Amino acid sequence: MKIHEYQAKEMFARFGVKIPGGKVARTPQEASRATEEMGGQAVLKSQVHAGGRGNAGGVKVVRSPSEAETVAEQLLGKNLVTRQTDAQGVPVNLLLVEELANIAHESYLAITVDSSFRGTVILASAKGGMDIEEVAAANPEDIYTESIDCSLGLMPFQARRLAVKLGFGPELARPVGQAIGALYRLFIENDCSLVEINPLIATAEGEIVALDAKITLEDDSLFRHADLVELRDKTQEDTLEAQAVDLDISYVTLDGDVGCLVNGAGLAMATLDAAQNAGASPANFLDVGGGATDEKVASAVEIILSDPKVKQVLVNIFGGILRCDIAARGIVLAYGNKNANLPLVVRMLGTNVDEGKAILRDSGLPVTFADTISEAAIAITAAR
Amino acid sequence: MGILLDENTRLLVQGITGREGSFHARSCKAYGTNLVAGVTPGKGGQLFDDGVPVFDTVAEAVKQTGANLSLIFVPPPFAPDAIVESADAGVPLIVCITEGIPVLDMIKVDKFLRNKPVRLIGPNCPGLINPGANCKVGIMPGAIHQAGRVGVVSRSGTLTYEAVGQLTSLGIGQSSCVGIGGDPITGTSFIDVLRLYDEDPGTDLVVFIGEIGGTKEQEAAAYIKEGFSKPICALVVGAGAPAGKRMGHAGAIITGESARVESKTAALRDAGAIIIPTPADIGATAEAVLKRLK
Repeated sequence: MKIHEYQAKEMFARFGVKIPGGKVARTPQEASRATEEMGGQAVLKSQVHAGGRGNAGGVKVVRSPSEAETVAEQLLGKNLVTRQTDAQGVPVNLLLVEELANIAHESYLAITVDSSFRGTVILASAKGGMDIEEVAAANPEDIYTESIDCSLGLMPFQARRLAVKLGFGPELARPVGQAIGALYRLFIENDCSLVEINPLIATAEGEIVALDAKITLEDDSLFRHADLVELRDKTQEDTLEAQAVDLDISYVTLDGDVGCLVNGAGLAMATLDAAQNAGASPANFLDVGGGATDEKVASAVEIILSDPKVKQVLVNIFGGILRCDIAARGIVLAYGNKNANLPLVVRMLGTNVDEGKAILRDSGLPVTFADTISEAAIAITAAR
Repeated sequence: MGILLDENTRLLVQGITGREGSFHARSCKAYGTNLVAGVTPGKGGQLFDDGVPVFDTVAEAVKQTGANLSLIFVPPPFAPDAIVESADAGVPLIVCITEGIPVLDMIKVDKFLRNKPVRLIGPNCPGLINPGANCKVGIMPGAIHQAGRVGVVSRSGTLTYEAVGQLTSLGIGQSSCVGIGGDPITGTSFIDVLRLYDEDPGTDLVVFIGEIGGTKEQEAAAYIKEGFSKPICALVVGAGAPAGKRMGHAGAIITGESARVESKTAALRDAGAIIIPTPADIGATAEAVLKRLK
């Protein structure tokens, strides 16, 4: 789960990491007033769940409260399209108005889980303030990786080494080490999957400040962080994707017209690949999950049917932990609830397949059965 | 032959009285697996299906029944405890089906298990099966399998069944099938399973199924190149996945160039694997290679 920069910075402050003075603004008037409080000039930062805001025009420096009002008017209520969003972009409902920093050095710091190391790592680079993916691609040696032992945690010598790799002078080793230690504690205590700061700066006055803040919380750990669940902003999510999250269904909107209902992420990806190879264009990725009930399957099908792009539905269920009869009942239920008659191509195999097929056959729905994944892909293409 | 399971396997199911646990314990038993015990704390002394004793602790179950494999159907908040309890009781092979265990918990469990005489498969996996030994330890539909000489290894659950279904429909049986799990941290890697298949006299060919995200396929490719002695057919799915979007598995995140399908396929091809062109061609590709072997 992603959270906004201002929310991440509030967490930073609670853990003792310095952040610039700032205020959240919901209207141009609030932005103007906040700029006045910052001393008459400020940076206005669009609060959206996407990176690449700066290049997309979502971050602007203003030199007066009246300029702040004009700029805020241009940003608020509009959608921001960045290289990490789709063509529609994401709505800007909030601005973070921050005081300008006096930057002496910029660095990049991130904490994440590395599956090859099978543990937590801290990434550090002295090249902060620029596109870190470009740095990683062009000069991988400029990014240093410190691997953390989960029982020891971050050791002081590692923090000292990171301070050097971040490019700070020895006189700043202590405050930098404290900041890294605080961020590591924040990462562990809140079950994050990513904490990223670009840039982490030293000011001319010798303070270490997080100018930016990105936190992603691990979805599988949210059950033990009720307070963090509150930070979710559904306006930043695709409407259908947000509905799916609420139902614990993995769903991603795509551009095509074939709605896909599949069980298992691997089979769902394989189904998309096979459909595309046959010339069809999937409207979504959907993994209904293992222990689904017929109600949950029905909700998944209703999400598919709610997408106006969808002209036909491809079902690929390999019954294992999810039984085919449950899947079939869910499909019939959803078609009834939605009063839908979009054609279905159904490929079912595995546990209780005969019951599943019988339920669909007796339902009167416009079902074409396919025996294999390639037959299903061909049938869906033929129906166009 | 086949790997990890045989006629000496004595299965213990943790969470046997739950909805998933009871359904799949029955299905494993019906396939022929020697189900000797169940564990549900607080329900010790009961009998599952009038014949299988239920214990409060894994240690007690092992002591009373000689169980040597634990299959876990415990909800995510309690699954790390269940894994460590089995390891502590000396169970040498632990299979964790549970999906959704917090990754920071798994990092600690993984560290605890290292250098101990125990293998964990999963979590978030379908388990494993050895059709020749009539032994199934997992949630896969047993009926689609057929005894034979092809080893299957995959990160996915249902896509493994798809692979097996295609093989069986062409009359190609399997020596074993192992799903290693889709999470970022898994107890057993592709390389661990490939090494077992390499040493297994009952396996002639391996079908390898990877997916986008992470670098596990590249690590496997490096191992294959180093000297894996058997032919291997490989498929990597997720070509149609949009960059930067999470596709259900925590591991299935496009993290960079190396996480993409093309990069993984290239590494596997370079290592000498025969690339399966599309998910519909798993069986046909294996069949063609087997014909050449004869």
